[in-house]
Amino acid sequence: MSLYYVQKFLYELNRDEGKQQAYMADRDAAIASFELTNEERAALTAPDIGMLFHLGVNGQILMHFAALHQIEWADYLQRMRDGIQAHGPVREGVYAMTGYEGTDVHAKSLGQE
Amino acid sequence: MPLVYAGVCSHAPGITGRANQADPTVRDAFYASFDQMRRDIEATKPDALVVIAAEHFANFFMDNMPTFALGMADFYDGPIEDAGWLGIDKFRAPGNRDLSERLIKEVMQTVDVSYAEEWKFDHGIAVPLHFLTPNFDLPIIPANINCQGPPLSPLSRAWAFGEALRRAADALPERIALVGTGGISHWPATPDSGKINEPWDRDFLDRWCRNDRDALLDYDDGTVYTDAGQGGFEIRTFITVSGAAAGATGTVHFYEPIPIFAVGCTVASYDLGATVGVARLI
Repeated sequence: MSLYYVQKFLYELNRDEGKQQAYMADRDAAIASFELTNEERAALTAPDIGMLFHLGVNGQILMHFAALHQIEWADYLQRMRDGIQAHGPVREGVYAMTGYEGTDVHAKSLGQE
Repeated sequence: MPLVYAGVCSHAPGITGRANQADPTVRDAFYASFDQMRRDIEATKPDALVVIAAEHFANFFMDNMPTFALGMADFYDGPIEDAGWLGIDKFRAPGNRDLSERLIKEVMQTVDVSYAEEWKFDHGIAVPLHFLTPNFDLPIIPANINCQGPPLSPLSRAWAFGEALRRAADALPERIALVGTGGISHWPATPDSGKINEPWDRDFLDRWCRNDRDALLDYDDGTVYTDAGQGGFEIRTFITVSGAAAGATGTVHFYEPIPIFAVGCTVASYDLGATVGVARLI
């Protein structure tokens, strides 16, 4: 578990167009120098937005990674919900869901069923 | 010159990036309030605008995270986000390195602030500037409070940062305006995005308008996290403005939850008239 390095990779990617191009050209090579678990490598290269959220990636970093992959806002939110349903609650960090009534109830309250 | 303006506003990226998904009536009323804020700031004829932001990993990361930082450059580029995603074209905002340095030196007398000679603006500053200085013709001095990577500053230190900025601004010959930007309750960029605790927000804004230091500092991160979400940590930016405007009373010009913007959209300001000179006497 190396959430810090997952986020560090994404932080550097988000602020550097050259790194974004390198990542898009060869995703495995782009993450090679980071201390990551196989689970984290798979999530970063797929990309698996739901798994990354489950791992605890800060949404302020994750939303730009999703945008890089041309994932629209509503789809981004849904992928995080799917990740929680598939993998369980966020493992660590402050971007866990708090005081949360569950994705279904919340979606209904927002009229996003 | 004494500080000429102190206010707060929201900065959520959806305000510009998802503008066409909001109820146009509410959205346009919010934009109109932002425009009034611009006119109010312009009327004070400021030489520079200090923007107290809570950035989101555009410049600062947990490898070397400053609790408080101030920019010290002659220009700042933004937005760091994709221009289409944010709905704001790439820009270069003017700074004033010399003015920043003098401000920082004075702030440092009481608060250990980091400085940065390079700073890319993310939505936390770009969205407010899009409305407040649309022509990028007013020098900006960015300030940042870490509201993303705990451990975070105690709220009392956010207040002290505001006091230090006030003392420093009052001591400069230039006319300084101050705007804090942040959300109140919100759960940004999570599946809970769009959730807003309006009663909590209105209670916070009531404390803010009264400039009630004890009430504003009477929060802890645990309950803020539960009641107001991760985004609630950004109340630090509002509290810093309160510290800078100690003794003043405030007015909420606009507050309305707009779920697609993921925040209770806010424009508020302090009436500084009664406080001029007070900070120097403390």
